[in-house]
Amino acid sequence: MRDLSSSLPSPSRRGLLKGMGGAALLGAGIPLLSACGSSGSSSDPKTVSLGSNASDAVPKKAFAEIYAAFQKQSGITVDVNTKDHNTFQEQINSYLQGTPDDVFNWFAGYRMQFFAAKNLASPIDDVWEKIGGNFPDAMKKLSKGADGKYYFVPLYTYPWAIFYRKSVFQQHGYEVPTTWDQLVALCKQMKKDGLVPIAFGDKDAWPAMGTFDQINFRLNGYDFHVELMAGKAAWTDAKVKAVFDHWAELLPYHQDGFMGRTWQDAAQTLVSKKAGMYLLGSFVAQQFADKADLDDLDFFAFPEINSAYGQDTVEAPTDGFMVSKAPKNKAGVAKLLEYLGTPAAEQIYLKADSSVVAASSKADTSSYTPLQKKAYEMISGAKSLTQFMDRDSRPDFTSTVMQPSLQKFLQNPKGVDSLLSSIERQKKTIFASS
Amino acid sequence: MTTDTNMKSPEAAAVPPSGPAPVKKRVPRGHKRLLTRRDRITLGFMAGVPTVLHVALVWVTALASIALAFTSWDGIGFGSIKWVGLDNFKQLFNDNPQFWPAVEHNVIWFVVLILIPTPFGLFLAVQLDKKIRFSRVYQTAFFLPVVVSLAVTGFVWQLVYNPDTGLINSLIGANKPGHYIDWIGDPHLNLWAVLIAASWRHTGYMMILYLAGLKGVDPSLREASSLDGANEWQTFKNVIFPTLRPTNTVVLVVTIIEALRAFDLVFVFNKGAQGTELLSILITNNIIGESSRIGYGSAIAVVLLVISLVVIIPYLISTFRKERSA
Repeated sequence: MRDLSSSLPSPSRRGLLKGMGGAALLGAGIPLLSACGSSGSSSDPKTVSLGSNASDAVPKKAFAEIYAAFQKQSGITVDVNTKDHNTFQEQINSYLQGTPDDVFNWFAGYRMQFFAAKNLASPIDDVWEKIGGNFPDAMKKLSKGADGKYYFVPLYTYPWAIFYRKSVFQQHGYEVPTTWDQLVALCKQMKKDGLVPIAFGDKDAWPAMGTFDQINFRLNGYDFHVELMAGKAAWTDAKVKAVFDHWAELLPYHQDGFMGRTWQDAAQTLVSKKAGMYLLGSFVAQQFADKADLDDLDFFAFPEINSAYGQDTVEAPTDGFMVSKAPKNKAGVAKLLEYLGTPAAEQIYLKADSSVVAASSKADTSSYTPLQKKAYEMISGAKSLTQFMDRDSRPDFTSTVMQPSLQKFLQNPKGVDSLLSSIERQKKTIFASS
Repeated sequence: MTTDTNMKSPEAAAVPPSGPAPVKKRVPRGHKRLLTRRDRITLGFMAGVPTVLHVALVWVTALASIALAFTSWDGIGFGSIKWVGLDNFKQLFNDNPQFWPAVEHNVIWFVVLILIPTPFGLFLAVQLDKKIRFSRVYQTAFFLPVVVSLAVTGFVWQLVYNPDTGLINSLIGANKPGHYIDWIGDPHLNLWAVLIAASWRHTGYMMILYLAGLKGVDPSLREASSLDGANEWQTFKNVIFPTLRPTNTVVLVVTIIEALRAFDLVFVFNKGAQGTELLSILITNNIIGESSRIGYGSAIAVVLLVISLVVIIPYLISTFRKERSA
């Protein structure tokens, strides 16, 4: 990787020589990556390997269709290694240090920057020179590492919001709540009507983070979210305590037994109309197998709590691709990423998975479902976009401290003070470690 | 030290057989070597390769993880290792809300395994030892859970315990709002729920161990005791059980090991969430993660190692003492 310097504006003499050595490859139009030197690996120039976390049925099929289209266009086969979504995340560290695939699925934000800063990913500025025009500035910002270089090609994004069934709201005459009090009143009414007001499953420990984020930036604003996630604001701050107080007020209206339930199972209670609402990312739509049910699905932004911030922030995690530190088939990788950065590739994905929206501003939105159109408007109309608690903060902090802590809160909403000071103590040591 | 003993012992063992050889043919003086060059190379490899592997995979890794327990390291490149002294342990004992529950759960795990499935396994073994009809069928049925991987066991029991669609809640109707039993999530229930699954498996394991022990009991002992007029319970209590002493020692050690390495079942079940924390899971969560805390995880591993040593050392001492007196 150090050889990358040879492709920078003022190459050293040795770098120049090396660059000349790679001249044959330079012809392929990928100056930056080819400088890594053809490490002599006997890889097939007609294949690019790709580590995928798209283990769920819908995204897996959608990605496969993109790769098939790419193969038709370029003649390069994408050799996909799919791993279970959660396992992929847990093993990413050792995966990237071992013999990773050329390209891998990953997330925008802090998590991408972390691996970029650790030199476990290749910068792809050359690819962005070609695809840059396809993306709005917000996405460009999301795709850059801390060093200002591009490391990420975004494919799609999706908002977190409160999902509901139109028919259920019609049947009971519910109205979409726009303030906190209206939300609580609606929950009460739903409970009276024999519905589970808010579907919930936290077995995988991350869904609860989404609820925290929503209450937090509605109550304390985007800037506080950023400060808190970056480890700058204190968890013992009264502002954080207020978040948990609000959450505790809403907790009795959540579905029972959430600790033993996955989000997929929780989504089924919304599908079967047993639950009135569900706070989740729009990927919840993947669980609506029946088209009529899917057409009945709608969502609204989390209600306003503090009028100073209104509903100006939208949580919109962005997924895409990164290049591992020493890809075997650099020419192929560049071609693949350029393809993935085109609106055409995004449209193929969106056709198969209508639960998300394109990251590219050039993608054709005319074929969007009403749900996608609404998601697109919500994201493009937001003043600030957040990623997600574990994408905006250190993953070691969120996974070893926040996940168990939030689960603890959910089971005992009364012991918040000691919980918060425990989080703060652990946070300090983790953020101090590097 | 280990290298030395390992290197020498096979060679020493190989010496005696070649002893009688010189009798047949007179070996010229100066060629007193008992082993040919090829023999020595072969033996060197046979002793050397396992030694190198053992040292590299057991000792070096164990010592490295002890050393890492005093550092802070995110696992990316050796340059980021930072010496932090006892900080990890201080944090662990004072700040980590999951640590003490994990220790407690490991202890509970052991106590439950030794109190419930172990006697039950012994009971089954005694029954099967009577050569009742279909005893092979029963034996197979009880032993089956041991053969199945614990991860698979975890998946199967998850289906039983699933709060919405699981067997138990569907049967007793405990999956409705109002009266809801969350076997996997409720911290007062989930450890016991997993322990039932663990016991289910451990019973078969214990049964096989005791069955083997019982097969070794001299039939004349039974005969003698029945001639003396002892009933079945008296025979078992005063004659059979005392002869099972060596088996009991093995059972105790196996159970301690099972309790300390308890992991797979819980990891599949609910990843060691509230109520089912275990030391092994804390180690895994800290070391294998998106950005690992290898130093911190190693500190937990060292605690587990110390606990294991406290248990293993007395056992080894007593075993060696027995061997010496024998």
